[in-house]
Amino acid sequence: MDRENEILTGSVVGDEGVLALEELARACGAEAEWIVELVAVGVLAPQGRETPDWRFRAADLTCARRVARLQRDFGATIEAAAVMIDLLHQIDQLRARLRQAGLDVD
Amino acid sequence: MEFKDYYKLLEVDRTATADDIKSAYRKLARKYHPDVSKELQAEARFKEIGEAYEVLQDPEKRAAYDQLGNRWRAGQEFTPPPEWAAGFEFTPGGASAAEATGYSDFFSTLFGNFSRHSASTRAHGDDHHAKIFIALEDAFHGGTHTITLRSPQVNAQGQVVLQERSLHVQIPKGIREGQHIRLTGQGAPGVNGMSAGDLYLEICFHSHPLYQVQGRDLSLSLPLAPWEAALGATIKAPTPTGVVEVKIPPGSQSGRKLRLKGRGIPGEPAGDLYLVLEVVLPAAETEQAQQIYHTMARELAFNPRHSLGV
Repeated sequence: MDRENEILTGSVVGDEGVLALEELARACGAEAEWIVELVAVGVLAPQGRETPDWRFRAADLTCARRVARLQRDFGATIEAAAVMIDLLHQIDQLRARLRQAGLDVD
Repeated sequence: MEFKDYYKLLEVDRTATADDIKSAYRKLARKYHPDVSKELQAEARFKEIGEAYEVLQDPEKRAAYDQLGNRWRAGQEFTPPPEWAAGFEFTPGGASAAEATGYSDFFSTLFGNFSRHSASTRAHGDDHHAKIFIALEDAFHGGTHTITLRSPQVNAQGQVVLQERSLHVQIPKGIREGQHIRLTGQGAPGVNGMSAGDLYLEICFHSHPLYQVQGRDLSLSLPLAPWEAALGATIKAPTPTGVVEVKIPPGSQSGRKLRLKGRGIPGEPAGDLYLVLEVVLPAAETEQAQQIYHTMARELAFNPRHSLGV
């Protein structure tokens, strides 16, 4: 097969929950228990009731990896990282509104 | 390759204690962390700092690095001395092989063989992550995107070297910012017959000269002449899929939003395109134009500051 010119088709991780607990953990290079903790403090909100049915979205992946970096780089606890995530989220929203209002924010 | 002065990068002396190094790193990490920093080049700076810390926080790597001595200056052309690091065995540090892909050639030449140790305990190769920037138009029509990745590979000498590879990736129609494309088996290779990890590509859009993107919706600032806004009109407006005719209701003001349903990013449901009306005044440069403004001033009895009570 000519790998040089092969066009790869992936699966989209979007707003629909598609990643199972183990898959999300693996994508973050972390243990499943850590993901369970993130759900417990409310940083992640999977679809599905019971742990085996949990499905995570793209936003969960982005968010979990952010928490992983904040914990690794600042030695933050999960709770502290959760607060940072909330504040960063608010800043993102404010920036988006400023940008919509035509103001340069960067 | 260029020599890296890790002490200089962390702004510490060569005699710094482990605690000094840790606190210097924490301070700089807070300043340049790409999740919290808006400094220019934060991400690149943060990687350098992380690489420096990776070496200096680890007694084995630091001792090996110190062996190079004082002879080198940052940016100087560098080749490792023969018998480099003989007698040192590097244990995997805080960084995974995936993180180490962002490190410099200098790092991977000196410490490259450390990541061999870390892979063997996992059931899969590591998943890798990358951001790709695509044109908004790709979300409308689909397309292919070529991405060049650097990933660690074990060479014949058993060292890990960074190797570049190009992937051509199908961008599906309807993709949105923040979504990921997951490419199974394109992450780190599995060791000892284990399956390879996956590659996750996070989608970002290049900023577009006309459209602002919010999720699946777009908005466009649409200039109008005063008479079009006041009297109503049918005018032309661009959309990502071609020019359309839009009916402007009489009495429209600046800031009013018109929604073109389904003209945003395609999907189930498709997003909408919001036209944000912006009334633009013709310049009063000619006598004729001034005449018209004078007539309006005289005959319209219009006080735009009525609501301010003045």
